[in-house]
Amino acid sequence: AERTRLRRAVVSAIENDPTFSRDDQYFQSQNERYEAAVRKAVHVQKKMQEMGWSENGPESVYVYRALSGDVAFLLHRVFMRSISVLGSDKQVAKWIPLATEFQLIGSYAQTELGHGTYLQGLETTAVFDISTQEFILNTPTISAMKWWPGDMGRSATHTVVFAQLYIQGKCYGVHPFIVQIRSLQDHSLCPGVIAGDIGPKMNFEHIDNGYLMLQNVRIPRENMLNKFCEVQPDGTYLRRGSQQINYFTMTSIRISLISDEAILPLMKACTIAIRYSVVRRQSKLKPGEEEAKILDYQTQQEKLLPQLAAAYAFHFVNRYLQELFNRAYKEIRGRNFALLPELHAFSSGFKAMITQHCTSGVEICLRACGGHGYSLLSGLPSLYTKILASCIYEGENTILLLQTARFLMKCFAAASAGQPVPPSVTYLAAGKPGTCPARDKVDFLSPDVYTEAYQHAAVRLLSSTAAKLQDLIQSGAEKHEAWNQCTVQLVQAAKAHCQYITVKNFVETVEKLENKAGIQKIMKHLCDLFALHGIFSNAGAFLHAGYISGAQMDMVTASYLDLLAVIRKDAVPLVDAFDFTDKSLNSALGTYDGQVYQRLYEWAQKAPTNTQMSPAYEKYLKPLLHNKLSKL
Amino acid sequence: EALVFNDPDFQHEDLNFLSRSQRYEQAIKKSSLMVLKLREYGITDPEEIYWFKSFVHRGRPEPLDLHLGMFLPTLLTQATPEQQDRFFMPAWNLEIIGTYAQTEMGHGTHIRALETTATYDPATQEFILNSPTVTSIKWWPGGLGKTSNHAIVLAQLYTQGQCKGLHAFIVPIRQLGTHEPLPGITVGDIGPKFGYDEMDNGYLKMDNFRIPRENMLMKYAQVEPDGTYVKPVSDKLTYGTMVFIRSLIVGDSARSLSRACTIAVRYSAVRHQSELKPGEPEPQILDYQTQQYKLFPLLATAYAFNFVGAYIKDTYHRISGDIHEGDLSELPELHALTAGLKAFTSWTANAGIEECRMACGGHGYSRCSGIPDIYVTFTPSCTYEGENTVMMLQTARFLVKSYNQVSSGQRVAGMVSYLNDLSRQRVQPQHVAARTETVRLNDPVSLVEAYKARAARLVEAAAKNLQAELNHRKSKEDAWNKTSVDLVRASEAHCHYVVVKLFTAKLPEISDAAVCAVLTELCLLYALYGISKNAGDFLQAGILTNAQITQVNQRVKELLAVIRPNAVALVDSFDFSDTHLGSVLGRYDGNVYENMFEWAKKSPLNKTEVHESFHKHLKPMQSKL
Repeated sequence: AERTRLRRAVVSAIENDPTFSRDDQYFQSQNERYEAAVRKAVHVQKKMQEMGWSENGPESVYVYRALSGDVAFLLHRVFMRSISVLGSDKQVAKWIPLATEFQLIGSYAQTELGHGTYLQGLETTAVFDISTQEFILNTPTISAMKWWPGDMGRSATHTVVFAQLYIQGKCYGVHPFIVQIRSLQDHSLCPGVIAGDIGPKMNFEHIDNGYLMLQNVRIPRENMLNKFCEVQPDGTYLRRGSQQINYFTMTSIRISLISDEAILPLMKACTIAIRYSVVRRQSKLKPGEEEAKILDYQTQQEKLLPQLAAAYAFHFVNRYLQELFNRAYKEIRGRNFALLPELHAFSSGFKAMITQHCTSGVEICLRACGGHGYSLLSGLPSLYTKILASCIYEGENTILLLQTARFLMKCFAAASAGQPVPPSVTYLAAGKPGTCPARDKVDFLSPDVYTEAYQHAAVRLLSSTAAKLQDLIQSGAEKHEAWNQCTVQLVQAAKAHCQYITVKNFVETVEKLENKAGIQKIMKHLCDLFALHGIFSNAGAFLHAGYISGAQMDMVTASYLDLLAVIRKDAVPLVDAFDFTDKSLNSALGTYDGQVYQRLYEWAQKAPTNTQMSPAYEKYLKPLLHNKLSKL
Repeated sequence: EALVFNDPDFQHEDLNFLSRSQRYEQAIKKSSLMVLKLREYGITDPEEIYWFKSFVHRGRPEPLDLHLGMFLPTLLTQATPEQQDRFFMPAWNLEIIGTYAQTEMGHGTHIRALETTATYDPATQEFILNSPTVTSIKWWPGGLGKTSNHAIVLAQLYTQGQCKGLHAFIVPIRQLGTHEPLPGITVGDIGPKFGYDEMDNGYLKMDNFRIPRENMLMKYAQVEPDGTYVKPVSDKLTYGTMVFIRSLIVGDSARSLSRACTIAVRYSAVRHQSELKPGEPEPQILDYQTQQYKLFPLLATAYAFNFVGAYIKDTYHRISGDIHEGDLSELPELHALTAGLKAFTSWTANAGIEECRMACGGHGYSRCSGIPDIYVTFTPSCTYEGENTVMMLQTARFLVKSYNQVSSGQRVAGMVSYLNDLSRQRVQPQHVAARTETVRLNDPVSLVEAYKARAARLVEAAAKNLQAELNHRKSKEDAWNKTSVDLVRASEAHCHYVVVKLFTAKLPEISDAAVCAVLTELCLLYALYGISKNAGDFLQAGILTNAQITQVNQRVKELLAVIRPNAVALVDSFDFSDTHLGSVLGRYDGNVYENMFEWAKKSPLNKTEVHESFHKHLKPMQSKL
């Protein structure tokens, strides 16, 4: 409650400041959006100083939530984080104050034109020159150009460049370097640097995603981030700690994006679509009555309510991940890397599963709003075009799921051999055969019954894939070829694992809730719906495992459809509980008061196409229309 | 095609770099030019006009779409000869630019609920048009916002104090000459959308706006000078237009998905990533099984939908002949089938285009890939011309009706004839009956049978559930609503069956043995992938065993490797030119990276070396802090 009060205070302070207004967002060009984002980013710093909010305080989280990401310099924060994690104490002391004071603006340049998720494939080189104690950075080919980094096209003065380190002709792999790219005086490009904006995208028009080419750019030896690896003046290469630490920044970004970039947009989309569905009426359910609210149609409930349940499910699993992360972070600071593999596997898998699910959820919401969903004024197209980028950035989802699968296969092998495995995957060893005990549709409202079904599906997929992999290798296939042959199944197995954990965690969370005002009961319904929808829509996997029979699947379907009607009643309060202000939704369809049509009409009249005279009429239409008149 | 591509008048800057207003202007410019050129070249054949138009606009929407596609045809089919004399030639000559205003802000697919009124005033022999509420404002019609000076408006007709239902009226909305809105008319653009930037979708509000009696389209229904209403002969005829437009959407699904597949498959052959074998260079991503698993089933789907689109077009032309001779017997089935296939293909293509985009990784997200544009242009077809869920339920209504006919001993014909077999099976327990013949996984014909059995089972289940709800003394409407999720599934299974059937039926027609072999592999992949994805249905109905599903999954993966060598040739054969494709990633020559760099340099943000925001915002901040 204290946090809610604080959040509301921050949100209202931001929203009442006209500089942060998003009224024109849908009408602006790329250049205008970019300028507005820079203006807001600058103003945020001022505002935070004025209000006495600190960058690390709870307020700052709410500030960014209120801005809906429509602000520049988000990569500046990644820049700072990577320095704090990868930099030595000395480097932190030098760069962080400069960055905090905005004496420089940072970016984070990893991805290249021809290389993405596969870090080792990067081509940019950093060659150590002992004579001058400098690194010489180069972009040897066109596909080696840095491509996509945010804030880099126009804003950034510095960036962390990932490059292959060469010392005396030997390659030591990818390392991070701080490179200045623009002058601090007049913002012109530094010598040897070519940089610019990569052009229009589906969204993120306010962000200047950039390209960067380096030609013999020299930086001092001290600019290599060297908490974990160091090049000494004589060219000796020293490694401290695990090499996996390079992945740690990525892991932490993945976890933080799950909430901000995937779950929040889904919550917003649900809010808009569900509110609109109780305003919009269409056809009649009963002859002679008024047209029915579309949310009363079973088909509409079937589209939206599972998305609502998923938003809650992911919200809870995200908390679980946060805890895991905090624990691991604490240990890593003590240079204990034991939790890192599990954390890495989990953050990869959940990032992939959740972003994918949320993306399709937002699209379902968009399409559930009929024609008006297609108007930018509904807010849904921009939510969608933004969230779908999350399936790719910070690791393409398919590749991430394969990383999770690799971890799970290792654990599975260990568990089968009776070796210890991390607690989250002990179920792999405990896999018991048998069939689902449900006899009636109400049995499927028992969390034990469906959790067991999910566990069973995950174990079966993992064990059958492991067996196939083994077969292929034994029949003479090379290891990597066998792996490629199994990747489709491995992806499914990794997803099944993440789904199982999500369901399990949802059940456990519900059990721990206090039953104030019937909240626990409502959450239990949502949990049931989430679990049964997953079985219903993926019936093949569950039937195939032989755990659930055809007759039981009919029970699942019946139970699932019954739940839709039950949750229908609470649907509006459940989205109201997300507590988005009208301004943060920025949607003509999803406002709290339900005045949809009036607002749609008012907003449309503000469109530049209506406020400015159309140049096309005088230039083209008039001659066309008059062309014939004159000849008649 | 060459005529257009080589004409300097039709060249312009990359649309991705233009604002909405600029894109509208470009489109208008091209449309105007197009009309002039059509006259210059003397092109009059409708088919040729269609192709010319699609090359000029590269398959993109344009403001005159509604004028050419709805306004003129509606005049032809629904206007009396006198009305045609008055309106058709001026409209043909573009003195009149018209649009078709049906949808209202609060009312879409369920058109009977439209609120706009047209009240007849016998004293002046005029209709008085009104938009009584905010929800009744006409909303969405293309070309309405800025381009048109006339609209065909659908409104509830009131005469002699009675409502006679929806009728169409020709309403002038802008002054000829000045293009200013007429008094009593409020008209404008509805603002930015997901896509369709070049289209001025508009709103229209009418306040006591009067039009002469002769402006009601009166070929069928009529209002006489004294206000007497004369009923039309048959109302089934309006189905014809809907069937036609929905059949076009099926074709559009096929084309849009084919374009996206072309881009994704070509790029996957250019892009290298990670390593398969340690120490070897990064392989083409198209060699990864996961990538093949994403793209090849979509490629097979694109081929399937192309065949379905051709089939519907042919059937429509055949049946139109019958309709002209007064035979309407096949219309209900065709209507039901196109509704379902419109929904089935547009949903699948919509999801497929997104899959293709994501299969291109980060670069798919850049507008230079061309896929975002295909997606935003295509996705509204899930909603317009009949919202997809509603379409599926229309098909379901027909399926349930057919099922009930069979249950009461009648036989049904056409695509639903498989329901006839259900009555025979009922003698024996269902599961045994369905398994009388084992499914042969390498024979498309046998797979058609499996899909048939699945459709029959789901139609039967939905019909039975509906009956059960009715037996619980639910009202008809309530029972229907409580069963609607089942009904949609039944329709989907039916449409899926039809697609597999049509694809399979196409194979024997192919004379070239090598082509036939490749297409048979694609057909198998389409059918088996569908089974794999819907394994639950096939298992539950006892059509396939657990062991067979395992084989299906295995066979799908084998087919991926079989198709891999032909994949690029298969998309090349869609024969999209680079200009038409509009994609840097999907270039025929594969020079992706150089061209991406060239493309990016033209971005509006790059117009100046140092962006003005630096002087305006960044610099002051740095000096202040």
